[in-house]
Amino acid sequence: MKKESLLARRKTNLVVRARIIEAIRLFFTDRAFLEVETPIRIPAPAPETHIDAIPSDGWFLHTSPELCMKRMLAAGYEKLFQLTKCFRHYERGSRHLPEFTMLEWYHGGIDYERLMAECEDLLIFISRYIGKGDSVTYQNRTVSLVKPWGRLSVREAFKRYSPLPLETVLADDRFDEIMVTCIEPGMDSDRPVFLFDYPRPLGSLARLKRDDPTIAERFEIYAGGLELANAFSELTDEEEQRSRFREEREQRVRLGKTEYPMPDRFLNDLSGMPEAAGIALGVDRLVMFFTDSPSIDEVVAFTPEEL
Amino acid sequence: MYSASDLRKNLKIQIDGDPYVITDFQFVKPGKGQALYRCKLKNMITGSQFERTFRSVDTFQQADLQDRRMQYLYPEGNKYCFMDMESYEQVYLTEDQIGDAINYMIDNLEVDILFFGDRPLGITLPNFIDLVVTQADPWIKGDTATGEYKPATLETGYQIQVPPFVVEGEKIRVDTRTGEYVTRVKD
Repeated sequence: MKKESLLARRKTNLVVRARIIEAIRLFFTDRAFLEVETPIRIPAPAPETHIDAIPSDGWFLHTSPELCMKRMLAAGYEKLFQLTKCFRHYERGSRHLPEFTMLEWYHGGIDYERLMAECEDLLIFISRYIGKGDSVTYQNRTVSLVKPWGRLSVREAFKRYSPLPLETVLADDRFDEIMVTCIEPGMDSDRPVFLFDYPRPLGSLARLKRDDPTIAERFEIYAGGLELANAFSELTDEEEQRSRFREEREQRVRLGKTEYPMPDRFLNDLSGMPEAAGIALGVDRLVMFFTDSPSIDEVVAFTPEEL
Repeated sequence: MYSASDLRKNLKIQIDGDPYVITDFQFVKPGKGQALYRCKLKNMITGSQFERTFRSVDTFQQADLQDRRMQYLYPEGNKYCFMDMESYEQVYLTEDQIGDAINYMIDNLEVDILFFGDRPLGITLPNFIDLVVTQADPWIKGDTATGEYKPATLETGYQIQVPPFVVEGEKIRVDTRTGEYVTRVKD
């Protein structure tokens, strides 16, 4: 008897994947968002310290469609979404693929708090559309998608889960390590959690809080312990954005990483951008969540190793 | 020198002068944060295990490990004496270091011994070893329950399941990876 291939066994998940993508398009077009496509190959990715773009004939494959979509936002496209492949160098693990699918959307006129509500609506819509109802079991944990989800500030999360205070962790450059080892395990809860208000250096494209400029208006969504999305109240101040990018570029140079050209056209357009909130959601992770898959390998037709 | 991106399961590295084997490995990267490598490590000398998270800037020394071809000579108390077939140097391994290989220790057996510097750590057996059956129930011809294995004792004292036709004094081949009977061997 011929053994069923890995690819054949993934069919159930890939069918759900297609339905989820269908649901995403329905959700956004129904809410009058415009589906857009922006180039995958770009001359200047956003200079973020820990995100590495794959070079492509002198340019780069985009790590997210953020800069192009924000230029559209500035040009008057107030509500737009995109489903696209993104590429990040060296990222491979049970929750990472160097080529993955991103859902990114921007909503003019709202801030990150209203965007949280939109995320709640989206996931419930998808869940019902694929016949899961309002609760999903992920890796033996039943997660209720009923509103409102949990909301926890980064400061509060560190008080609750970290053995060290946030200030110490930031000073010692151990934020990511404590995040992964202490905070993220605490995000495996019976409802999704918005982890919000990140220290300023950790949200280089996010607006700072009006009453506390040490905090960036950024949030992440965790569902069943899986990190699904990253969002901001968008920074619209060109000068501030330029200086934040400079800081990130200096960091990259210090770490011996590839230097990216300054995305000047994006920066020039930024002054015309309205107040807005935007978010990047990993579609593969979302499919993992809805198909109860422990590894990202199980929700794509082919991993790079299988080509 | 290894860098963090070389880390993977079963890689052997050296930390603070001791050799470690990576028993579990996970690539993680939170949000817009840096890549981290969560590893479970086992000390190859003491067997103690611990978890550690490495960053992409971390580097590692290769563990100074080497297999040497050696011949088994004799037991001495709780230790087992082996001889290097080139230098004639002799080393002793403890019962713990020998582990299950104890079932196959016959005179002059050639094995690979893993060394960390001068220190023997463990043993790798050939995949197949031929051993003499020293005790087994006789074969009753016409026994209808063929296919039913029976217990037998080998020259090393190892208790094994063999087919009914295997009799005392015969030599059999054992797969050391599974500990199971493979076939009869004619000398």
